[in-house]
Amino acid sequence: MQDLKTHSEFMLPRRKLLTGMAAAGAALAAPGLVGRAVAQSGDVIKLGAPFHRTGIGAAYGRWYERTAKAALAIINEQGGINGMPVELIIEDDGTDPKRGVEAMEKFAAEHKVDAVFGHLFSHVVAATAPRAGELKMPYFLCSEGHALAAGAFNRYTFQPCITDVKSQISSMAPWMSNNLGKKVTLIYPDYAFGYDHRDNMTAAMQAQGGEIVASIAIPPTETSYTRYMPQIPFNTEVIYHVMVGPGVLTFVKELGEHLGSQRPEIFGFIDSLEAVALDIPQLDYLEGTYFWEAMPRYAQAEQNEFDKFYREKVGVDANGASVDDAKDVSTFSHMFSVWETLFAIKQAMEMADYKGPDQKVAMLEAMESITGFAQSNEFPQGDKVFNGKTHQAFGHQNISKVVDGKLELTYTTSIDETMYPDETDYTQMSF
Amino acid sequence: MVLHNKKLAALCLAVLVLLFALQFVLSSYMILAATRILILAVFAMGYNMLMGYTGLLSLGHAMFFAAGVYASGMVTYYFGVSLPLAFLIGILGAFAASLIIGLLVLRTQTVSFMIVTLMFAQAAYLTTLYFSRYTGGDQGLTLPTSARSFRLFGQILDMTSDLTRYNIAFAVFAVTLIGLYLITQGPIGRLFVAVRENEDRTRMLGFDTYRIKLVAFTVSGTVSGMAGALYGLMFGFVGSSFAAFQTSIEALLYTLIGGPGTLLGPLLGTTVMTMLIDRLSGLTTAYLVVIGVLLIVVTLWFPAGILGTIRNRWLPWLK
Repeated sequence: MQDLKTHSEFMLPRRKLLTGMAAAGAALAAPGLVGRAVAQSGDVIKLGAPFHRTGIGAAYGRWYERTAKAALAIINEQGGINGMPVELIIEDDGTDPKRGVEAMEKFAAEHKVDAVFGHLFSHVVAATAPRAGELKMPYFLCSEGHALAAGAFNRYTFQPCITDVKSQISSMAPWMSNNLGKKVTLIYPDYAFGYDHRDNMTAAMQAQGGEIVASIAIPPTETSYTRYMPQIPFNTEVIYHVMVGPGVLTFVKELGEHLGSQRPEIFGFIDSLEAVALDIPQLDYLEGTYFWEAMPRYAQAEQNEFDKFYREKVGVDANGASVDDAKDVSTFSHMFSVWETLFAIKQAMEMADYKGPDQKVAMLEAMESITGFAQSNEFPQGDKVFNGKTHQAFGHQNISKVVDGKLELTYTTSIDETMYPDETDYTQMSF
Repeated sequence: MVLHNKKLAALCLAVLVLLFALQFVLSSYMILAATRILILAVFAMGYNMLMGYTGLLSLGHAMFFAAGVYASGMVTYYFGVSLPLAFLIGILGAFAASLIIGLLVLRTQTVSFMIVTLMFAQAAYLTTLYFSRYTGGDQGLTLPTSARSFRLFGQILDMTSDLTRYNIAFAVFAVTLIGLYLITQGPIGRLFVAVRENEDRTRMLGFDTYRIKLVAFTVSGTVSGMAGALYGLMFGFVGSSFAAFQTSIEALLYTLIGGPGTLLGPLLGTTVMTMLIDRLSGLTTAYLVVIGVLLIVVTLWFPAGILGTIRNRWLPWLK
């Protein structure tokens, strides 16, 4: 009994707990309930950043946030935009479409930001972009989806600093066909991301006179891939893989066990291994294989000053990992888009002499009038052509080879190789 | 008609008056948040019919929410069906899905019931991915601009208007609340509770408990699907994430926090959870840890949820 009494002394009475929880709830709920003080137009430029802090995109979100803060520090050191400091407001969208829409609404109605940028995962973008249009909120994507360039969104949505998947794949196919082989087996996850790769690569290889000898879709719930391996035909010259998620290490291991040393050429998208160290035993089998990269993760022998500047400011070492923790590998092939997008927004706002939301349309028209960006500290990934009609950027693509557990740049495409005919014209759409 | 539990009826009426009045005092963002809360509260109220009143813990209600989302969204997307008709089709879709699945899963009990509902929901989720050519898969389908407004009684209702959306959500919530009040506080509701408290005894008294559970399951799934149809049409997006396991868990958590087996518990639980996530995520990246701790606290100290605890201690009519 004594024990029980002693135990109960440590227990919080329910009534106190209830009162405490109610008070905490009220305190949390109070701000924003009936509006909050909002900075006046002309005080500050506020940019909303709905990053994937949690959920399946958390690794990307962590690095997008670091990169955005680094770029913002530079912009503010340089005097901000049109003499106004720039403030970053970050919300977590949980890599979830529902939360993505909520974040957009919060930016528009509560934070009253001037623009929103930084969404990556295409299903979150697909849900959020229509709402951005309805809220008349400038929305800058750092994704790779083709939906924008295909005309699925609206005049408020832009992708000024990262290329789309159609452009990436169609520019890879000629090199693959000429250097690795024309008989290709595709291995991809059995959902929309995989279908984008399947459809674009199939069309691109056929245009090169190549052939897709097998198209292997793997359900996202699979944890073992052994039973799919026999579906790889013997006449395969190139395996093209875009598996993503935690299963990728198992996939590579089982691919190695199945094919052994008599393997065909292998080409993958670095999306599979973003934020994953390449020099780990589980990935030994990838030695000598090729990857697409938007921006080379490893500092190359001919590293330019812009790449050096960018790495230093973001805090990334020559291996693409954090300077504070060599095991914290970055999402190097994607996160530059956040950096560059901030400078693209800055450029458009300066062109429109943007002072506040009343000039949103002028700012968007300025963005549409931009024809490209030159490689610089602001645009370290490389030159870009920006298509104001489709709101989509085109840029160089890189093919790297795994050598000694590192990626060595093998080939860089021209921008012309990445272009395709316009599929929409947002400038014909009203604001 | 006999009005059972008049105190609860008065409270429900007061809540509806309060909710209607909120649109005149809340900030614009809070109106948007309240709109979402009302729709998700309808989902949780549907879930509560089964879990709270009938004692059947489903882990697969995302499939009914998604049935409403897809049935309404796809007829709008592919056939240009007007929003009110699409909404009705969404409800019908959820009704059909819950009736057919109910006929099968109610052959199981307790843990088996949880597992089978979970498996059906996973199968439904994977189906939305498998037929991505039609459903849009994880990328989803964005409803066209033409589906963002509709004409009703000579008035054009714009789904991009915050107040229009709030009032539509409020109307659906009010109808659901009144409907569920009539069901739960009347003879049918007593039968649901009888099954929850002692199914064998209910059967011994001559009731067909399978049929009672089927009614509860179908009402629950249909109401959940109605929330899904409203959510999809209101936000203009249809995607497989609505069918994911997380959606089922959200309904469970909203109900657990608010109070299973209380009519207004799901509204309270949805409000608490939604606002906590909304506010805390702006303060810390560890907000899910805080919410996890809250859930542990509620489970340990208030297993009947907030309104359930108040009912057990002070207000027995709060059911």
